[in-house]
Amino acid sequence: MEKFKRTIKYESELNRDFTKEVINSPGGEGILECIQCGTCSGTCPLSIYMDYPPRRIIAMVREGFKDEVLSSKTIWLCASCYSCQVECPQNIKITYIMYALKRMAIKEGKYPKKFPIPILAKTFYDIVSRNGRQSEAKLVMNLWLKTSLLKIIQNASLGLKLLSKGRLSFKEEKIKDKSTLKKLLKEV
Amino acid sequence: MNQKKYFYYPGCSLKGTGKSYEKSLLAVFKYLEMDIPELPDWNCCGATTYMSIDELASFKMAVRNLSIAEKEERDIIAPCSACYMVLNKTIHFIKEYPDIREKICEAVKKANLKEVYEGKVKVRHPLDVLINDVGIEKIKSKVKRTLGGIRVFSYYGCLLTRPFTEFDNPRYPVNLDRIVEATGAETVESALKTKCCGGSLSGTIEEVGFRLSYLILREAKRKGAHLIVTVCPLCQFNLEVYQDRMEKMFKDKLSIPVIYFTQLLGVAFGIDEKELGFNHHIIYPEILYQKAAV
Repeated sequence: MEKFKRTIKYESELNRDFTKEVINSPGGEGILECIQCGTCSGTCPLSIYMDYPPRRIIAMVREGFKDEVLSSKTIWLCASCYSCQVECPQNIKITYIMYALKRMAIKEGKYPKKFPIPILAKTFYDIVSRNGRQSEAKLVMNLWLKTSLLKIIQNASLGLKLLSKGRLSFKEEKIKDKSTLKKLLKEV
Repeated sequence: MNQKKYFYYPGCSLKGTGKSYEKSLLAVFKYLEMDIPELPDWNCCGATTYMSIDELASFKMAVRNLSIAEKEERDIIAPCSACYMVLNKTIHFIKEYPDIREKICEAVKKANLKEVYEGKVKVRHPLDVLINDVGIEKIKSKVKRTLGGIRVFSYYGCLLTRPFTEFDNPRYPVNLDRIVEATGAETVESALKTKCCGGSLSGTIEEVGFRLSYLILREAKRKGAHLIVTVCPLCQFNLEVYQDRMEKMFKDKLSIPVIYFTQLLGVAFGIDEKELGFNHHIIYPEILYQKAAV
């Protein structure tokens, strides 16, 4: 017999604490002012690739669709170009909210696994926290080691081209006063 | 005019893939007799990714740079659009959210950083400094080779004009066009000049990142531009370095040079080609030397 799957959520399955958490994050205050006009989705250069465009994400956050929002690709596809935020007639800080959602997804381990964007963010964060500076070659190599070894082969000629143009260095960049930075990052 | 003091904040890109931006920027400011020493022991701003893991840590990173500059009361010149945005965002959050400010102050004290950022110094883009501190008339008077006959697509990208820019209009910016026109070159009009190039997506999900960059390149071609002028190292990288890949992906002939606005100015100022770093580029902007009259 054919199996039917429920495609709606019951009130009891929604998570209102999630809604509150987003409202309380910096920039999340305005979320209840959203009039669902869709300007954000219309202006977003990436909405055509998103599972839920920005307008729907805002609506889903307001209703408490925690799991769907935090495991969506949308929040990672946001390139933070701030078009939506500048155009929003209700002055909602949509890009800040996307960042708050990214952080929650990381914290709760709900980000889409094997999706390279959150892995890039973590790799970036680790290198900078350790050295105070980014090393571009190291960043992409570490990213590819974690996501796709094939990419190393595919991009070998690009790497050589950049090397020959003096635009790529394998040196690990560091700041001198690492101890102050470490303390600064550790405190509070 | 030149009483203002500055620090140059290179960020990671201008020391790496964006080397020609650094070279041409320093050459142009030297030519204008402006002193912009590098911010001592600067650290990464965190770019657009660091704050997706830990926002407070990203503010602290930015504050370290801001307080180093504040000690000497020099404005920070941040040529990379991501650095420019992150440093300004941090200032904005310190002002807007007292609890964030408090947390940062406490961490700064415990780490024995000499000063907390008090708002004495500003974060400026070199375009802003050139337009508002140097002035377009002075720039025009310094032009030695006029670049007449060259059509330029002046591409602002996203983070220079959004969301913290006070010196230009986020929907219809004009200042890059004014610089280009000061060199005698012609600008092409386009609604895509503030459209996102895809940022770091070209490095993670190519088909998505490349499409965004391709739209800009195709627009420049369609409008008959000889070259694209950018203000951001990531935009420059995306638009130039992946062009051969985009040609294959979209079956379209592109080969359009993508240079920094400081390089265009440098050529107009008659600065030696070697100082402008064109050797780091994959697509050499021959047109600049063919058409530009000495």
